[in-house]
Amino acid sequence: MQLLAQVSSETDLYVAQNIFFAVIAGTMIYAAFRVVTTANVVHAALWLVVVLAGVAVQFLFLGAEFVAVTQVLVYIGAVIVLFLFGVMLTRASMGDDETVAGEKRAMAAIVGVLLFAVMAVALVDSFEDTRVDIDGPQGVVEVSDAIFSQYIVPFEAVSVLLLAALIGAIVVARKD
Amino acid sequence: MLLNQFLLLSAVLFCLGVYGVLARKNGMLVLMSVELILNAVNINLVAFGAFRADVGGSVFALFTIAVAAAEVGIGLAIVLLMYRNRRSIDLTQADLLKG
Repeated sequence: MQLLAQVSSETDLYVAQNIFFAVIAGTMIYAAFRVVTTANVVHAALWLVVVLAGVAVQFLFLGAEFVAVTQVLVYIGAVIVLFLFGVMLTRASMGDDETVAGEKRAMAAIVGVLLFAVMAVALVDSFEDTRVDIDGPQGVVEVSDAIFSQYIVPFEAVSVLLLAALIGAIVVARKD
Repeated sequence: MLLNQFLLLSAVLFCLGVYGVLARKNGMLVLMSVELILNAVNINLVAFGAFRADVGGSVFALFTIAVAAAEVGIGLAIVLLMYRNRRSIDLTQADLLKG
């Protein structure tokens, strides 16, 4: 262990981080696979929780603690609950659903695999072994400073967008 | 840590999301696949932000989260409306505009 720590500190291998990254990335990929393949809509929503939590952990790896907390609050707290409400409001039975997958599954799989091949080649070719150095977490102060000075116009645009989405959702979904 | 490990993970999530959008025909499941795609984009934004030691990546990831929340709200309203009108959220049956 001593030797391992020494080696990792000398060559910047980040052994522990990389092991955890591999475990969490594998879990996320499996969960995402289940989200797009499972026949049960509620199970898909619950697998989505695993993916979203994994994304929050990746944000922590990258030192973006505020984004990680927001991810947990907004996605796992609000979006998943919305999804579960939507499932309950649109379907009587909560079991397996025969309307889950269309006939074009093979074509979709080909598109997905080819898209990944193109992106993987491009990424490996352009960023070969570029390192990302994370020196400590990114403070909330820096993030909020940036939002309310440099990025104030997009922030206001997002406010208007949320208001429009709120009104739009009410108008679309109300009964009359 | 390598930049590419985050980018490749995000590429895998993105492609699984694209597969879900194309292959699923239940409206709820298509919306969940869109969430996968948006989360892949967020990982990319934060990874490049950390790589450039720039706070902009995190800020735009926060904006994407806000846009995704709005998108889910509107999308669910549309799916609910479709269910109310047709008693089904099978997207392959929504072909009124087909010639």
